[in-house]
Amino acid sequence: MLVDQGNKVAEQELDLAPLDEMLDEFAEEHGALIPIMQRTQGIYGYLPQAALRRISERTGAPLSQLYGVATFYAQFSLKPKGRHTVDLCDGTACHVRGMPQIVTALENDLGVKAGDTTEDGRVTLQVVFCLGSCALAPVAVIDGQIVGRLSPQKAVQLVRKLD
Amino acid sequence: MSEPIYRADVLVCAGTSCESSGARSVLAALTEELAKTGLDQEVRIIETGCRGFCSMGPVMIIYPEGVFYCQVKADDVPEIVEETLLKGRIVQRLVFTETESQMTVPYYEDIPFYQKQQRVTLHNCGVIDPTNIDEYIARGGYEALGKALGEMSPQQVIDEVKTSGLRGRGGAGFLTGLKWEFTAKAAGNPKYVVCNADEGDPGAFMDRSLIEGDPHTLLEGMAICGYAVGASDGYVYCRAEYPLAIKHLKIAIEQAEAYGLLGDNVFGTDFSFHVHIKEGAGAFVCGEETALLASIEGRRGEPRPRPPFPAVSGLWAKPTNLNNVKSYANVPQIILRGAEWFSKIGAERSPGTAIFALTGKVLHTGLIEVPMGITLREIIYDIGGGVEGGKKFKAVQTGGPLGGCLPEEQLDLKVDFDSLRQAGAVMGSGGMIVVDEDTCMVEFSKYFLTFATAESCGKCVPCRMGGRRMLELLTKITEGKGTLEDIDEIDSIAAGMAAGSLCSLGQLTPGPILSTLRYFRDEFVAHVTEGRCPAKQCTALVQYYVNPETCKGCGICARNCPVNVIEGGRRQIHIINQDGCIKCGTCLEVCPFDSILKVSGETVEVPTELIPIGTWAK
Repeated sequence: MLVDQGNKVAEQELDLAPLDEMLDEFAEEHGALIPIMQRTQGIYGYLPQAALRRISERTGAPLSQLYGVATFYAQFSLKPKGRHTVDLCDGTACHVRGMPQIVTALENDLGVKAGDTTEDGRVTLQVVFCLGSCALAPVAVIDGQIVGRLSPQKAVQLVRKLD
Repeated sequence: MSEPIYRADVLVCAGTSCESSGARSVLAALTEELAKTGLDQEVRIIETGCRGFCSMGPVMIIYPEGVFYCQVKADDVPEIVEETLLKGRIVQRLVFTETESQMTVPYYEDIPFYQKQQRVTLHNCGVIDPTNIDEYIARGGYEALGKALGEMSPQQVIDEVKTSGLRGRGGAGFLTGLKWEFTAKAAGNPKYVVCNADEGDPGAFMDRSLIEGDPHTLLEGMAICGYAVGASDGYVYCRAEYPLAIKHLKIAIEQAEAYGLLGDNVFGTDFSFHVHIKEGAGAFVCGEETALLASIEGRRGEPRPRPPFPAVSGLWAKPTNLNNVKSYANVPQIILRGAEWFSKIGAERSPGTAIFALTGKVLHTGLIEVPMGITLREIIYDIGGGVEGGKKFKAVQTGGPLGGCLPEEQLDLKVDFDSLRQAGAVMGSGGMIVVDEDTCMVEFSKYFLTFATAESCGKCVPCRMGGRRMLELLTKITEGKGTLEDIDEIDSIAAGMAAGSLCSLGQLTPGPILSTLRYFRDEFVAHVTEGRCPAKQCTALVQYYVNPETCKGCGICARNCPVNVIEGGRRQIHIINQDGCIKCGTCLEVCPFDSILKVSGETVEVPTELIPIGTWAK
């Protein structure tokens, strides 16, 4: 199962025009599956089932291969994301400077486990390995913005402010 | 219109780390202030790549004097312009201050963090504007490529790199020149040059900083390799998490092609070299060469058995030379200054320099480049300024999640490929993380194992299952449920993984645990036999209590508790409900009276119901 029932309804109305346009660019390219999927996720925010079917048709790559690639790489998501994304860095430097406590505090405050989205679709909480900003450890990326030198309190306050 | 002649250059570091500390707003303020004061025709602003001193960011250097300012904020800019750029005076409060002596060090060249460093690979990083090819050329850029194409045969280039003794900077330390020779001699056409910039190790940002700060060095090195092995296409496989590096690389490729230094007929010769960027999609195992090649081909990044090695059958089953960013970046200078010059830097069997991302509980974190053969002590204490906050040093971890931990007794170890391996650690690609007495070594090795297990591609059984089984055993130990037999079991699984795994991810996964067991066995034993975590870090073995004798009933702990499990009214002795406590330590941090006790392996008697302060008796 690529996606659950809930998403299927919404996906019937998925606008595939931007996807087709993008696929035209890759018509000649050899082995471009990963960049195609990266761009697709850029368009829709995740990899909708309808989009994967279209990619399969156009590139000739079987759906099973697309699914294999999508589930192999951490970057790809088969589920829609929340309005806000909070990536908590658990790289070594962040880890030794207290990230595990921050993860626990946020999981408790949001009522979701890392990797999931809150029921109201407000926040997607994720744990990632190393953003390379080790000097500011512990760091998080909230909606693309790096915030460093976090504490459990500071993290909870910042995330509560997201509407 | 010719460019004005500038009397001063202001170099602002705009690497990822300084940028996230606010370098953008400093740059904006500086541009505005220079325009306002009419200095914009006299003073030039240069956005550079990483200067290395990340913990002090955003950093700024003002030439010709070489004044070094740390942690500059936008609000500081008017004062810098007024005092330093107009009046030639130093703004003392922005100058680097040595923690111990409280001495101020106003000039870049005198700062202790840089004293023992030797910037060879990074010689342009933080000095030039990485988005301007002219600055690279002004510092001797592309001269080496011109020399190789004009004066040397491909074999002479290979011989020069071989003679220099350059060893692969990806961590394994294989002779770079020899690898090139294999690809050059392999039958098959076309051939490819691939750069591994999939820096997935947590705690490492060397490759990122190098590409961000000096992308042309990498491109020039790859082009020289292309000439030597007979390839006309190069791929840089870079993590998608490094947007700035990718942006700078794209700009650099465009500029070099416009100058005829890349692309068709380089330097007007028959040699053509096109560089393509492939963005990774987040898989640590893609740092392994055969997995990386599979990923470029658009497949799952799973390694395959070797031989055949990529030099014989690599990308699209063609001969492919694959090196790390830093290996290629060393090549232009080897060609330009000669193999002999290079082989005299550093240690005898590991010539050259090593670049480390020095992080963790060290005072000065950042990117450093040191000659091989320097001791760990020099790196951690002389460059890094020692352990922060007066804590006691416990271990240094090198080589990322597949490396090893070294204790205090090993601090005088010389840093090079061979001696690190002998001591049970590895050079790896260059992460160096310092931990202090607050880090539990069992939990620390579990952390690395969690990472390696999550990143195992699952293709071979020893790695897929071995990692999981070891993680279960380590989890048991950190929860106080382990036995001494579990420790022996770990040893036996580790041996199986090292011997039987398909690629180095599985072979090296046990590294952190084995080195930790070798040097910190007593910590494992304390968890198992006493249910005690000596570093008081393993949450299952740690409890927090309010000290009933010293609690003032102020309520600060209760208000700050993120899970609201602290009870108590005004002037009552507060009680932490142990069941709901997530052990985050916030109460300990915020209590103004040091009345929170953190214990492991001992019991503390506390009131069972709320009573006024000062009335507690055991």
